[in-house]
Amino acid sequence: MIDEAIAQLRYRVSAAWRKPRLDMPLLGGLLLLMGIGLGTLYSASDLDRGQVISQALRFVLGLTLMAAISRIPPTSLRNWTPWLYAASVVLLVIVVIHGEGRGANRWLDLKVVRFQPSELLKLTMPMMIAWYLNGRPLPPSWATLGIAGALIAIPAGLIAKQPDLGTALLVAGSGAFGIFLSGLAWWRIGLLLAAFAGAVPVGWHFLHDYQKNRVLTLLNPEADPLGNGWHIIQSKIAVGSGGLWGKGWHHGTQSRLEFLPEHTTDFIFSVFAEEWGLVGVLLLLALYVFIIARCLWIAANAKDTYSRLLAGAISMSLFVYVMVNGGMITGMLPVVGVPLPLVSYGGTSAVSLLAGFGVLMSIHAHRRNPGAG
Amino acid sequence: MKRLRSRPLKRSARYKPIGEARFEAALFGRRALAGFVIIVLCLIVLGVRFSFLQVRQHEELAARSDANRVLTRPLAPARGLIYDRNGVLLAENVAAFRLEVTPEQAGDVQATVTRLADVLPVSDDDITRFNALRKRKRSYEGIPLRLKLSEEEIAKFSINRWAFPGVEVVPYLTRSYPLGEEFAHTVGYVGRIDESDLGNLDAGEYAGTTHVGKTGIERSYEARLHGHVGYEKIEVNADHRPLRVLPDRVAPVPGDNLYLSIDSHLQEVTEAAFQGRSGAAVVLDPRNGEVLAMVSVPSFDPNLFVNGISSADYKALLDADNKPLLNRLLRGTYTPGSTMKPFVGLAGLELGLRKPEDTVLSTGEFFIPGQSRAYRDDVRGGFGRVNLTEAIAKSVNTYFYSVSLDMGIDRFSGYLSRFGFGQPTGIDLLGEGSGVLPSREWKRARFNKPWFPGETVIAGIGQGYWVVTPLQLANAVSTFAAHGVPRTPHLLRAVQADGDERPQVLPLAPDQANIIDKPSNWLAVQRGMIAVVDAGTARTMGEGFPYTIAGKTGTAERYSRTDDTWTSISASPIERHQVLFECFTPADDARIAVVVALEAGRSGATDAAPIARKVLDTWLPGDQQRIGTVASADGAAR
Repeated sequence: MIDEAIAQLRYRVSAAWRKPRLDMPLLGGLLLLMGIGLGTLYSASDLDRGQVISQALRFVLGLTLMAAISRIPPTSLRNWTPWLYAASVVLLVIVVIHGEGRGANRWLDLKVVRFQPSELLKLTMPMMIAWYLNGRPLPPSWATLGIAGALIAIPAGLIAKQPDLGTALLVAGSGAFGIFLSGLAWWRIGLLLAAFAGAVPVGWHFLHDYQKNRVLTLLNPEADPLGNGWHIIQSKIAVGSGGLWGKGWHHGTQSRLEFLPEHTTDFIFSVFAEEWGLVGVLLLLALYVFIIARCLWIAANAKDTYSRLLAGAISMSLFVYVMVNGGMITGMLPVVGVPLPLVSYGGTSAVSLLAGFGVLMSIHAHRRNPGAG
Repeated sequence: MKRLRSRPLKRSARYKPIGEARFEAALFGRRALAGFVIIVLCLIVLGVRFSFLQVRQHEELAARSDANRVLTRPLAPARGLIYDRNGVLLAENVAAFRLEVTPEQAGDVQATVTRLADVLPVSDDDITRFNALRKRKRSYEGIPLRLKLSEEEIAKFSINRWAFPGVEVVPYLTRSYPLGEEFAHTVGYVGRIDESDLGNLDAGEYAGTTHVGKTGIERSYEARLHGHVGYEKIEVNADHRPLRVLPDRVAPVPGDNLYLSIDSHLQEVTEAAFQGRSGAAVVLDPRNGEVLAMVSVPSFDPNLFVNGISSADYKALLDADNKPLLNRLLRGTYTPGSTMKPFVGLAGLELGLRKPEDTVLSTGEFFIPGQSRAYRDDVRGGFGRVNLTEAIAKSVNTYFYSVSLDMGIDRFSGYLSRFGFGQPTGIDLLGEGSGVLPSREWKRARFNKPWFPGETVIAGIGQGYWVVTPLQLANAVSTFAAHGVPRTPHLLRAVQADGDERPQVLPLAPDQANIIDKPSNWLAVQRGMIAVVDAGTARTMGEGFPYTIAGKTGTAERYSRTDDTWTSISASPIERHQVLFECFTPADDARIAVVVALEAGRSGATDAAPIARKVLDTWLPGDQQRIGTVASADGAAR
């Protein structure tokens, strides 16, 4: 019995090795991005090899997970979806009740590993929306939209309560993209956006003081040079002083002199912009555009609605990361803890992103020959 | 479409008609394209923003980057001072020296710390705290490793200074409590900011602060005492060594000075009157709820906690039998005993169960109709026929057994909760206990058992499940003394903000509604309490005092209750009882209310009442001065 299982596992691993189900252009783009990330991290951490190695190890872990997920046929993923979604929501509820974490309750301590269940939802949320819409006639009606909205609102609300507004927005966004891609009529989208805009002043009252401060600081960063304003001012100086061509690798004074806070995590893009200038920034953005385009191409060629919506929602979420992080470091958007995908230092986000790409790889691999594997 | 919608979900998921699937694929393709266009447009906006900063604003921001040799350093505000009502200093800031390590200049920080430990005592706690702070600070910022260095330690370090680059002795202000033990349970103390505090504090405001209020007034008024952080800008060279301090400095705003309502002389006399016996006393002004004195004995030296108490000292305090760390005022658990009788008697009148003149026959034993268990009076054979006034004066249990039984537990606890029993008083200190007001709901919640009438009977004399904190009892006495107007006890009387010439007395909270319906009921109970001091259980207590005193003794057996039997936990007669005394004066128009609770003694009259008398004697001269005459109308009437 056990021998059999081991033999099967060995067969599968060797099959995966001999004939990986990976999309080479996408993989190439990701590897290039990770390389840029490690290079920037080496500079931003002031040549700290330890940080670079630990980040590289996380990439290896993420890539392994990606390869493993790419072997799972989308039909299996589809069948598991409601359970995965329900499990992640339950974990989220546990965190809200028992969670531990300084100031914000985000972490679930399983003794062996500590992780944020909200991170799981970055994947299970678009899966659930895709699963639900897959069974509905498209474009969706108001009723379908209502249920999909509830599927999004419940976990997003729980995450916002932790409070982790950044992740809540990312999770809600990934679900919303699924709905958008399902072909929701434009006039309905317009109505929803109008309603959303109307709700913003109401939502303002539910924000924590520190969250309000971050938004207010955006409007006038000079008013608070020791707290939130510091982040924005120093980041803008870092970006702007980089100029067209940048100061060169490991010549960014802003981060090296530690004027820039969080310069290996949320603000690593500022370091990149300072050292590589506008040219580097535009090339990096172009790389992201390439990756997103490739993902959308995979989505468009997927075999069923579930795979299409899921792949599409994951690719569009990637854009949100880039946009929110870029907007934050240039002082366009408030300071929310959203990392730059595969460049910022940090394990959870790198692994969960690569798991998402694993799903895309699986969808790509199973585009013509559904159910095999 | 309609037909499809009515299909079971799973089927339609698996077997969508080909045409439908093609339609959906095409729909998706169009949407994906639209999404991609939107993404590219948004990223173009982002790119434009980057080029705005990196091309248009490049010169300006590059200049700022070059000028970014200026570090902003926080300047910690001076913590507000704490005074008593007469301006006696209770908490001050004194100059001291601490050892700071600047990681960037020290090189290998861990090795430096290890080597320092050879020169100076550095505890594991110090290192833990140091490492926690290090994560929050930039590497060019100094991080305190040891606080309050002794002169000997400074000298020792100075000799070895050359071996420790990046380690410096830095002057700072530290908190000191000149009156020590006397105010440990009220003023409280500050302690070093530790990891559990970090999440609750505004990182900006506390950027330069090392200490935060941990208990007492220091904790509850942390926001007022702390003040606002300032900052100075320091120009540094490329290696960010400081070159000079720039002129644009924002001075920190010191915290507010607080004036408490406590009279430190009265506090001192009250504490001394306990002669070290465990217990607590609360002195309130019924006219406004001000706390005039509040002591919990034994106490401890709060100065020990400011710069981190040694684990040996802490263990000694923690393990001491008489629990010096326990704040008996807020969390002491006392059986009120007979001190509850005036309130129970008042409940009987107010609920219409008794008239003031109604009498009850005390035979020495009281029986619940149909039950054989006897509930006893203090005197064998009883007191004969007594009305309420006599029942309070002589502490006749039977009167209160009977009235409580007639009342029933629900009306009993309903009425007494008006006086604040069973709930925190809302004083401006944190960590107040609720005590126990016996009730059907409480017993259900605590033991999940039904209520028995016998328990109502013993609740009537303040026994059984009853638990009060000294502060709760004082609050209730003070409310009664004020003819039934509750006034939340409070310690903070006046505040002197930075720039104020004199302290501003805080406005009082608006009066709450009177909780006593009929003044004649109040009068009957008050007469009983006057008789207690005149001719009753505490006869000697009021001798020679110019004002009429109304009071009541309480002597509760230190029993622990098992299911049906009562077991005395102490045999020695002088320690057999938990003893209490409550009083207020002048009886008609009270300006002071006192509650004294001792954990062990013979009786309320012999042990607790003399302490209360000392409090009144100490308070009297000041009161007479304030009202402007020695021979008051009240005194003449006596």
